[in-house]
Amino acid sequence: MKTYYNPEDLKKFSKIGELQKSMADKFFSYYAEVFKEGALTAREKSLIALAVAHALQCPYCIDAYTTDTLEKGCDEEQMMEAVHVAAAIRGGASLVHSTQMMNKIKEISM
Amino acid sequence: MKSLKAQLHSLADPEEELAILEERHPGGSESSFQKHLEQIGLFPLRPTPLQIFQINLGKMCNQVCKHCHVDAGPDRKEIMTRETMDQCLRIIQSESSLTTVDLTGGAPEMNPDFRWFVESIREIRPDVTILVRCNLTIILANPRFNDLPEFFRKNQVEVVSSLPYFTAMKTDSQRGDGVFEKSIQALKLLNEVGYGLKDSGLVLNLVYNPSGAFLPGSQSELEAEFKKKLWDKYGIEFNSLFTITNIPISRFLEYLIRSDNYESYMEKLLAAFNPVAAAGVMCRNTISVGWDGYLYDCDFNQMLDLKVDAPKTSHISDWNSAILSTRTIVINNHCFGCTAGAGSSCGGTIA
Repeated sequence: MKTYYNPEDLKKFSKIGELQKSMADKFFSYYAEVFKEGALTAREKSLIALAVAHALQCPYCIDAYTTDTLEKGCDEEQMMEAVHVAAAIRGGASLVHSTQMMNKIKEISM
Repeated sequence: MKSLKAQLHSLADPEEELAILEERHPGGSESSFQKHLEQIGLFPLRPTPLQIFQINLGKMCNQVCKHCHVDAGPDRKEIMTRETMDQCLRIIQSESSLTTVDLTGGAPEMNPDFRWFVESIREIRPDVTILVRCNLTIILANPRFNDLPEFFRKNQVEVVSSLPYFTAMKTDSQRGDGVFEKSIQALKLLNEVGYGLKDSGLVLNLVYNPSGAFLPGSQSELEAEFKKKLWDKYGIEFNSLFTITNIPISRFLEYLIRSDNYESYMEKLLAAFNPVAAAGVMCRNTISVGWDGYLYDCDFNQMLDLKVDAPKTSHISDWNSAILSTRTIVINNHCFGCTAGAGSSCGGTIA
């Protein structure tokens, strides 16, 4: 069965440089720099990445950062809380726009 | 849960395990462990001076952990005799380069001659580090084991204990229901006699290994996390955390195959091959003695029945240091477990 997403394709990520090398090199070097231990620990960054992966609903990123957070010693409870942070922001982002709706209601209602 | 051996499982047979490691290896023989060592000039792998004498006192254990490379459990009856221990003592006394005697199992404390053996080692080699791989729950398994922390203290034994995580869910899923709570109680008992406390001189190290088909993260970060969580929640202290990669043999291999993770796990190990870790693998400065006195390059080779490549000195009763020091270390594709990332040994990372 053909599908748009194939887990095997994740392994080919590094090959994007075959079509545009310098930009790919810059991207991967930037990517590596971002995830290094800094003001945030590598573990904290991995949990943020896991949450963002869910907000973006990227299956590759979800696979990659589920593994990475487990490897960095996060447990299932922490991982699910991170996903709830993503869900809360996504839900909140919809709901906070209802203030605009409420403004418009006021504007055009008698 | 029964051992693979008691289940008559095909993976209780080392030949079957080796066949999988060779036939289902990603990339086939072109990407074998031997090929990887050849590329970095480390093949044939040779020993460095002998420092660690690791002795498996038997496969009997009060726990049945899902990832156990020994396939240990209450149904395993293989246990080292006092006669073999006597032969080990002679080697411990004569091999002056030895710095560490590492006692493992199963639960080594279940061997009826365990205490006699530890006291004898301490008597003949006051200088050597005696290390016991204690599964913690054994201390509470029976009243006759309750005084183990005191016994360890008296004999200046270093304690190394597995604790896969600082929560019950993850620990119990790997080591069995109720193991976490008992482990916490046992750690408190060890702390009570001084183990793991700053400046006490009594060393308590913990071992973390992943509870699944993934690699361990940074040892120092995990250690910091474990220290904080165990102290904040339970008031427990320990010295160091060792991260150990699960080696694809025995029960962990069975899990990898059953869960369809074998190929991807091996690919992960291969991709993470680290030449620096390869140069520092523990088999180079270690001899591992089986419960029946046979000699191996490491505990994993022991479980795969891959004896030292020195037929004239493959048993403790025929010990010949000169031959052993020039042997070729036996390798296979399971060795990728020790060379991935920061490397892995019974003492944690190596690179």
